[in-house]
Amino acid sequence: MRVRAEERPGHIRTPFYIRGRVGWVEKVYGDFLNPESLAYGRDGLPKRTLYLVGFHQKEIWGQYRAGAQDKLYVDIYEHWLEPL
Amino acid sequence: MSTDLSTVNPATKDGHDHPHPKHELSYYAKRIYAIRELLIEKGVITQEDIQRQIDYMEARSPANGARLVARAWVEPKFKARLLADPKAACAEMGIDATSINEFVVLENTANLRHLVVCTLCSCYPRPILGRPPDWYKSFNYRSRAVNDPRGVMREFGQGLPDDVEVRVHDSTADIRYLVLPLRPPGTEGMSEKELAKLVTRDSMVGVVDPLPAIPRGGS
Repeated sequence: MRVRAEERPGHIRTPFYIRGRVGWVEKVYGDFLNPESLAYGRDGLPKRTLYLVGFHQKEIWGQYRAGAQDKLYVDIYEHWLEPL
Repeated sequence: MSTDLSTVNPATKDGHDHPHPKHELSYYAKRIYAIRELLIEKGVITQEDIQRQIDYMEARSPANGARLVARAWVEPKFKARLLADPKAACAEMGIDATSINEFVVLENTANLRHLVVCTLCSCYPRPILGRPPDWYKSFNYRSRAVNDPRGVMREFGQGLPDDVEVRVHDSTADIRYLVLPLRPPGTEGMSEKELAKLVTRDSMVGVVDPLPAIPRGGS
């Protein structure tokens, strides 16, 4: 899957550096209240599925130093992910 | 060297001849004190509630994490439980991890090291490790932990060969991560209590391995 390359203002839990990047779902953590809604005093509903998404470091950073097998994992909510 | 003090310190007019530090509260400090006063005045919380919360926050320390790790090192069955259901394992040890939504323990091995960061803010397993150190919250760590984890580890005193895999966890959401570091070599005869002393806070964030075994009979 790919992380959505959106730019949105506000309390966003998807870091900039990973937007638009391609990774794989390593694990499904379950459904959680949406922090992007909770941050503004709303109810956080509907709950969003949270995924552990893996990325190859070499693919994320042009000049990544050492360790071809090194990985980066980010916790990302479903509405930030899209199929390839 | 002569200095006209009246230009540096207006207080000299009162007969002072040295500058005084300013004790002005910052904007945010003033705001938080004002909010505290209002909450107390309106009866939402009491001064005792605040003190109790401060005591609770101060009571949580990396010693909690060190106990978990040392137990996992000496008892394989506990280690299995800690990895499978970390919150239940905490409860077993009398450590209250209920405030964490989801708690995940990452096991280091000879060929694998984990490193935890929160690039967005300072997410940290506080019930297990207490308050995060300043470097964990620094822009420097938060940016470099993701794009140069090996460089960061080297600065903490740990160079890793290329064939040891490094996995960085950017803890951006509801999950809190604790690294279960490798038991140092030469610690076979040590007790659980002695072992816990080797488990540093930094080793549970993953920037460095635990302390080496304490040499026996040494000074």
